[in-house]
Amino acid sequence: MKRFLLAAAFFAVLVLFWEAAYRARIWSPVLLPSPGQVVTYLQGITADGTLVKATVITMRRLLIGYIIGLVVGLPLGLLTARWKLFGDTIGTMALGLQTLPSVCWVPLALLWFGQTEAAMLFVVVMGTLWSVIIATETGVRNVPPIYRRAALTMGSKRLHMWFKVILPAALPFIVSGMKQGWAFAWRSLMAAEIFVTILTGFGLGQLLHYGRELSAMEQVIGIMIVIVVIGLLADKIFFSPIEKFLHRRWGTSQA
Amino acid sequence: MLLAVRHRSSATEELQIIPPSKVSVEGVSKGFRSASGDVLALDQVSLKVAEGEFVCLVGASGCGKTTLLNIIAGLEKADSGTVLADGKPVTGPGRERLVMFQEPALFPWLDVIGNVLFGLNLKPNLTNKDRRQVAKYYLELVGLSRFEHANIHELSGGMKQRVSLARALAPNPRVLLMDEPFAALDALTREQLYGDIQEIWRARRKTIVFVTHNVREAACLGDRVLLFSPHPGRIQREFKVELPRPRDINSVDLAAHATQITKALKSVGKAEAVTSK
Repeated sequence: MKRFLLAAAFFAVLVLFWEAAYRARIWSPVLLPSPGQVVTYLQGITADGTLVKATVITMRRLLIGYIIGLVVGLPLGLLTARWKLFGDTIGTMALGLQTLPSVCWVPLALLWFGQTEAAMLFVVVMGTLWSVIIATETGVRNVPPIYRRAALTMGSKRLHMWFKVILPAALPFIVSGMKQGWAFAWRSLMAAEIFVTILTGFGLGQLLHYGRELSAMEQVIGIMIVIVVIGLLADKIFFSPIEKFLHRRWGTSQA
Repeated sequence: MLLAVRHRSSATEELQIIPPSKVSVEGVSKGFRSASGDVLALDQVSLKVAEGEFVCLVGASGCGKTTLLNIIAGLEKADSGTVLADGKPVTGPGRERLVMFQEPALFPWLDVIGNVLFGLNLKPNLTNKDRRQVAKYYLELVGLSRFEHANIHELSGGMKQRVSLARALAPNPRVLLMDEPFAALDALTREQLYGDIQEIWRARRKTIVFVTHNVREAACLGDRVLLFSPHPGRIQREFKVELPRPRDINSVDLAAHATQITKALKSVGKAEAVTSK
């Protein structure tokens, strides 16, 4: 509770500074709206359903792309860790493509798929896939050999070994890879939505983009806040509990 | 009483059919390629372990005793020679020969009882209820009933090795292979475990092959102590320890035995130093 109050106080002070800066008229109100204006804007789009609609569209793209990335990336990561042939080929490719900022996929996606949902999904999948492959591979390679040997003597082999020993042992790595994949997917989707106008639905990125077009700063800041909050919530709701469980089991953190 | 003296022979014992050896190692050799050249870890090693026998392998580190244990376990393959368990050649690891490693090797993603259940879950023809019951029995045997649901990292080193012991015992193997399981523990914990392991060995009638570099430990636990010499790894001497059980590591008799074995161990080391010049 004390921690929560401290955090709340911190953000309250931040907003106060913002309000003060607005009132001091250091910058034009067009460039720096007041916190009140942003709140009014957010209330407006909440009331007319724009916010919910945009969030649903964005989250649907994100989740579908992310899940495809996981479903393809996990097995590929296992293959690259298990067989040299896959490690030398797919593993090397993943390592290379992971260094490519995922925004760089946008032009290619546009030319291949045009202004469609497929282009969006493609960019999100490319953002997720490579880091999931690499994290899974690293995780599997870092499983202490002694676990394997102990399991072997108890009669574990093949699928049982993979599902009951190697995957659980690699879990901390895999989860951090999933988290990184999520962050990359989120970033690349926002980039894609800002660059690409798709008639099948306006996501949060497009709202942000139109804010700029209309020079509506309260819209730009308001949507940015929404994006930050969604990112935070995803972390707290989805990843935090998993990480807490891992820390408790493995004893890797005091928290 | 010592030094390859035969067991007290009574007529009844002699008339009994000698039980087939539980583990039999015949002419096993194994070499390794290392940065400093090829090393012959095991050179024509032969060894028979009877059903219910407690055999200790003693030697300096790097003398090949762990390699031998791994070959018996089926975790490594010999270059030549055969290993028989119950008369059948060992081709890979098997539940009948469970290994307890120097590190506890417990799985951190499972709680204590989950670890003990791991081997049991792989054993067919048991209901999950049976498995739980068996796991609880062995946890009680090693004195850790209260820690069923503890996480592995919360346990002390001694407790971890107890869980490891329970995990190895739970699938009820006939042979236990122990690779310096107490080497990393403090003296007090170790002494408790000497008592426990002797008690469990007696109660559950196991055949145990125990690797250690601690002579006193070997004299305390083993029916027989086999002395390994390194480069190449060979069994040099064999000692029978016929002290009454349970044995106390601090007893005077035991110390006398240990001294004799230590002397032999040192002379093995000297001989090796001379030949290597």
